[in-house]
Amino acid sequence: MTELYEDGNALAGPLGEIFAVDVTVAIQRCAHCGRTGPVAALRVYRHAPGLVARCPGCDGVVLRLVRTPDAAFLDLTGALNLRIPLEA
Amino acid sequence: MARAAVSGRLGGRLTWRGARLVESRDETAAARTLMFEVPDWPGHLAGQHVDVRLSAEDGYQAVRSYSLAAPADGDRIALSVQRVPDGEVSPYLTQDFAVGDSVELRGPLGGWFVWRPAERDPVLLVAGGSGIVPLMAMVRARRVTGSRVPFRLIYSVRSPADLYYADELRVPQPGDGGLDVAYVFTREAPDGHSRPTGRIAVADINNGGWPPEFEPNCFVCGPTGFVEIVADILVALGHDPRRVKTERFGPTGG
Repeated sequence: MTELYEDGNALAGPLGEIFAVDVTVAIQRCAHCGRTGPVAALRVYRHAPGLVARCPGCDGVVLRLVRTPDAAFLDLTGALNLRIPLEA
Repeated sequence: MARAAVSGRLGGRLTWRGARLVESRDETAAARTLMFEVPDWPGHLAGQHVDVRLSAEDGYQAVRSYSLAAPADGDRIALSVQRVPDGEVSPYLTQDFAVGDSVELRGPLGGWFVWRPAERDPVLLVAGGSGIVPLMAMVRARRVTGSRVPFRLIYSVRSPADLYYADELRVPQPGDGGLDVAYVFTREAPDGHSRPTGRIAVADINNGGWPPEFEPNCFVCGPTGFVEIVADILVALGHDPRRVKTERFGPTGG
């Protein structure tokens, strides 16, 4: 079962606690292989202590999110950048 | 009717809302549709989901994501929940949870796996098991908005008894002209069904889908393995990967 994962869509709630916009529609660039794609299409694993989102191309870790009762730890070192669509 | 707003945020921040069960009905022996009243629900798009939070008296909390099954009806929203054996949340929601009981939920969530009625491209929906839920929301949104966009739905289930929304899909509803439904039965097919039982394969997508030249938007939802197979087939048939949107049900459902 540990090989199973969800799509980055599942990050919408946890990231929505932190950001004022829906980050799952942002286009991210993987720091490991350079691939670009929507955050919603990352592969999300929940069996770690928190959420781990991996690149569907190279399996590198793009984003990690750990929630404690009074804080959220967000690690984005695996994402070179995010292109976040905003209303004009 | 569906309202246009998509933000689930008050003052820019996502918040938990109280939601009271007003109605429920069984879809299958293991799945139940729950209608909630959520004061000041902002509306949502077909394909979006909500997070549901249950709190125990000792403070323990469990959160699960469930797809919205239909356009909002004012402050009323519908979720269809599959009971996961040994699950923490779904057995409660599908068995013990009664009209008048409340949960907390936040949403609507997710702006990527969505269908907007203003879109004109043909649509292919491919559902595996309970993956029908967000795709049914799209079928229903098409109906209530009077969209004429051609839809094709390929619905894979183990047996006829596992079909969600069976009557609603079998008998075309007003506004469903231009919606084609094809079934894939993997274990047990009804009498008269011409396709042999078995897992979804290239021929099913080829016959029940659109040619890639039509540039359809493809939405695939189901268990991880199912979604992998269908997405691979679509890309191999020549569909643009950017037009193939997926939503996988992971291991923690329950």
